[in-house]
Amino acid sequence: MGFLAIESLSRVFPGVRGGAPTQALDKTDLAVEDNDFICLLGPSGCGKSTLLRIVAGLDSPSTGRVMLDGAPVTTPSPDRGMVFQSYTLFPWLTVRQNILFGSRSTAQKAKELVARVGLRGFENHYPKTLSGGMQQRTALARALANDPKILLLDEPFGALDNQTRALMQELLLGIWEADRKTVLFVTHDIDEAIFMANRVAVMSARPGRIKSEVKIDLPHPRHYTMKTSPEFSGYKARLTEEIRIEAMKTVQMEQS
Amino acid sequence: MEPLRPVSRRAKLALGTAFFVVFFALWALVTFGGAIDSMFLKDPLYTLVTGYKLFAEFNFIRDVGVTLWRVVGGFVIAALIGVPLGIVMGAYKPVEAFFEPFVSFARYLPASAFIPLLILWAGVGETQKLAVIFLGSVFQIVLMVAVIVGSTRRELVEAAYTLGASGRDIVKRVLLPGAGPQIAEALRLVLGWAWTYVIVAELVGSSSGIGYMIMDSQRLLDTGQMIFGIFCIGVIGLASDLMFKWANQRLYPWAF
Repeated sequence: MGFLAIESLSRVFPGVRGGAPTQALDKTDLAVEDNDFICLLGPSGCGKSTLLRIVAGLDSPSTGRVMLDGAPVTTPSPDRGMVFQSYTLFPWLTVRQNILFGSRSTAQKAKELVARVGLRGFENHYPKTLSGGMQQRTALARALANDPKILLLDEPFGALDNQTRALMQELLLGIWEADRKTVLFVTHDIDEAIFMANRVAVMSARPGRIKSEVKIDLPHPRHYTMKTSPEFSGYKARLTEEIRIEAMKTVQMEQS
Repeated sequence: MEPLRPVSRRAKLALGTAFFVVFFALWALVTFGGAIDSMFLKDPLYTLVTGYKLFAEFNFIRDVGVTLWRVVGGFVIAALIGVPLGIVMGAYKPVEAFFEPFVSFARYLPASAFIPLLILWAGVGETQKLAVIFLGSVFQIVLMVAVIVGSTRRELVEAAYTLGASGRDIVKRVLLPGAGPQIAEALRLVLGWAWTYVIVAELVGSSSGIGYMIMDSQRLLDTGQMIFGIFCIGVIGLASDLMFKWANQRLYPWAF
């Protein structure tokens, strides 16, 4: 049993207007150690976001349970900080006020984090005046300011352009390398998963399960040039193959 | 011209003014040219002179003041009850389920149809005038505010929960500030409608106000006064609208 334990978790969404119910997750198990960085990798629609939302306490499982640090998860809590794919900064608050929103955030922490995510000088800006990358950096700082036990990230860089996305990956990785805050990171981007994670959990097509787990033995601190190393390519070839099979299953399911 | 292409501030002002010029020119053309009998429609100059006389000789400013106070009075009472109720309905679904069907029904009851009844209950004094405006506004405000609060972005609420917000926090720190600008816009709209109710209320059983003056002028076949009265309402309406807009932009700099 790990720091975060996901135990035979399944989630069935009731059918809409008399339609068949949808099984999003089926008997999923996953253990995450303290200070670990895990990427959940899967094709779109495989239930990886559903899994993360259940861990966050924003959705309830049909069967099974989630344990964090020995206590069952039932509702959202500041112990589990989350960064969403869509922009979720409060538009009526400035960058600084957003970072201060969390129940455990303090002015001191907010100040440090603003510097850490490179937003010094933008403390009093409203979100609408920020670029997508800056908004997500603020969202990351806001989650970290609450000092959660685990950081949950749901494709946080999914809406960003490639260059910004690469810089954001390095930023997050740098923060993790310094603090070793436990991270559960959902993505469908294979490169992103390999570059960031200590372990990649590959999810199957719907109903989602953890199909395989791949340990990424790349040394820290990781540098972006690693993305072109032979080891990296080896992991990429293997994960590409695994994901491809699942993606094809999804396409077939949608066509039948 | 291209679809949706914005115009400069100066061009906007010039175009807006231009239509007023066209409007008055057409009015002058048909009245001075004799196309319309002056008994039915007085020319702009005559109307202006009549307006001057109304203020100078008949103390019309008092009527304007009375009408203004009735609109603002009825509207403020409606807002004081409608906004909080709408917020509670938008935030808490059982409360909405309780009130919504009745409010939706009451919204279609024409305020003017209540005038005979209200005269019976409250006489022809100020209470009755305020009651007409109150009835005409309050249900609209309740429904609009409930919809605005209820349509707060789901992700913002979820983000707040993961940051440790309680149910009360969600209402106070997410729903309320987020809905502010739209609620102010809704109030601006309803204030415009309140102006139509007040005139109707003053056409029946009244001895002061702009509506009363218009009614009184009809007896004397003074179309100049009637038109000037209607014109005054337009000018005051436009002024209050601009004031509301200006206040909203000051109050909610993050939204504009």
